[in-house]
Amino acid sequence: MGFLDIDHTTKSYGAIEVLHNVDISVEEGEFLVLVGPSGCGKSTLLNMIAGLEDITSGEIRIKDKVMNGVHPSKRNIAMVFQSYALYPNMTVGQNITFGLEMHGTPKPERQKAMKDVAELLQIEQLLDRKPGALSGGQRQRVAMGRALVRNPDVFLFDEPLSNLDAKLRVDMRTEIKKLHQKLGTTIVYVTHDQIEAMTLSTRIAVMYGGYVQQLGTPQEIYDSPANVFVATFMGSPAMNVVPAKVAMEGGKPVAVVALHDDSTVSLPFSQNNMAGWDGRDIMLGIRPETITDEDAADRNSSNIARMTNRIVVTEPAGSDTFVTMTLGGKDVIARMRSDADVRPGANFPFAVNMEKAVAFDPETEMRIVP
Amino acid sequence: MSAATQDTAIRTGRVTRTLIYLILLLFALFYMLPLYVMVVNSVKPLNEITGGGMMNLPQVFTLEPWAKAWSSAQIGVEPTGLQPYFWNSIKMVVPAVAISTILGALNGYVLTKWRFRGDTILFGLMLFACFIPFQIVLIPMARMLGLMGLAGTTWGLVLVHVVYGIGFTTLYFRNYYAVFPTELIRAAQIDGAGFFQIFWRILLPSSGPIAVVSIIWQFTNIWNDFLFGASFAGADSQPMTVALNNLVQSSTGVKEYNVHFAGAILAALPTLLVYIVAGRYFVRGLMAGSVKG
Repeated sequence: MGFLDIDHTTKSYGAIEVLHNVDISVEEGEFLVLVGPSGCGKSTLLNMIAGLEDITSGEIRIKDKVMNGVHPSKRNIAMVFQSYALYPNMTVGQNITFGLEMHGTPKPERQKAMKDVAELLQIEQLLDRKPGALSGGQRQRVAMGRALVRNPDVFLFDEPLSNLDAKLRVDMRTEIKKLHQKLGTTIVYVTHDQIEAMTLSTRIAVMYGGYVQQLGTPQEIYDSPANVFVATFMGSPAMNVVPAKVAMEGGKPVAVVALHDDSTVSLPFSQNNMAGWDGRDIMLGIRPETITDEDAADRNSSNIARMTNRIVVTEPAGSDTFVTMTLGGKDVIARMRSDADVRPGANFPFAVNMEKAVAFDPETEMRIVP
Repeated sequence: MSAATQDTAIRTGRVTRTLIYLILLLFALFYMLPLYVMVVNSVKPLNEITGGGMMNLPQVFTLEPWAKAWSSAQIGVEPTGLQPYFWNSIKMVVPAVAISTILGALNGYVLTKWRFRGDTILFGLMLFACFIPFQIVLIPMARMLGLMGLAGTTWGLVLVHVVYGIGFTTLYFRNYYAVFPTELIRAAQIDGAGFFQIFWRILLPSSGPIAVVSIIWQFTNIWNDFLFGASFAGADSQPMTVALNNLVQSSTGVKEYNVHFAGAILAALPTLLVYIVAGRYFVRGLMAGSVKG
């Protein structure tokens, strides 16, 4: 039993089931991120943990106590909302202590708790202001203060950074991570931003269509995606997934992929079990950063394949240059060093780190497990 | 701000502009005419009016008609002036406005933040109350007031006006709360606030503008109501409007037009006052800064 158990939980609205048999166990101190595109059910799941939505079947337990039907205020949870949801008529200080007041905490204790939290978040100078007089980042801090002051078992974050501008978002991301490391609290965090998910979490649940597609550490999710959806959703730019055919060359399995001019290249697999797929079609997944020029190829890799292909578009982004080419009839993006000598229309010798490549079954879209 | 909006104004020449303002001014004067007539004639001695020249400014300025209308004019059979009826109206209007506004706010809160099966149908039915003509309910209402023992009392009138006003106040508050961020309610729920605590501590303090709308609307309607006052009020609970009618219609002696004008202005003053005092709260956006900025 974990600290927070989501046990075979489903959610239906009328006859429509929107969450299918979700089963996640969160340990104390874990930072679980629920990530997925809009409408995947991640916010619904969070609201069910909070008690703002009913549980249709299954159980949610916090510290082994069943939470089905328990009022939100009795679950010892705190939630940070996307819009921050600060009470507009109260000062920052009143906002922070409102929950304690409602739970009947005596005033001296409330004041002390408020001071501690304000100090932790560096918002002491804002305590007498109204939310309307605060900037986005300050409101974000106050919203976190309101959650922290309750000293809850579980923190719930509902896309807390999506209303901030890009720079502030990165700062607050670091801030949240620091806070988690310092306090060691259990957090469930909902986002549609896969970079937030990767950077913050100790574990990620990738959701789509009401199913948990994969549950694992950020590294597991990134390196060994369970299926094509997870592979393409996580990572920016997305993983390239191209049609290929498995063949045997010199007793080793290779992926035969069409180049821009209908000639083909053979990319040898690192996984020998691909021999079992000899002659069959697969989908080959290659991360953009594993396609480079010769000099930038990973020296620790035991399996660098070469191919010469025509460059279609180059997009310099400062630190990297993104190069688009046609592979297997699809646009494929490579992430090159910014000083790589790439020009649109030219043929360029690429190096592909096949150790990192993954293969998917084209029918089920599931990864072929080595 | 103002610099940016000037571009969108229609460019007109000086002559056209003068013409426009001239016409507007004429219309304004035309609309002000009844008020002018009432004011000037209420401060004239009666012989100046009966001698013709209703539009003239007073030759002799006197406040006596005002004093008479207020405290000694013949209303029906008693020479009490409008004063007791003014207090009757206040005693009726204040509770009726307060109760109907609070009930409307509660209804709006429940209809938007505590949704239940059939809530839209219920709201539709309540809206219906806005369209029922007064005359239809006179007889059933008289019967109900009689059964409740409220016939001829101020509280009976309060009840009638609350029942009639609740449709409008519910409509106002429901539409206002519909765009009130539900996340605030959820945050308060997690913080442990109950149904009424959320209402009093979170929702009501942010309801300033719509409360003002509701109060102005209800105050004006109830203060100006004549039909219910004439139908359901007893001798000692008649509102100002009914008394004003009795003052003007009383057939003994000469018609004191100056007193009538003064009485009419007195009857209209409170509604004007409510507009002047509360009107400026209309524009204050009290919701600023609750959610993202």
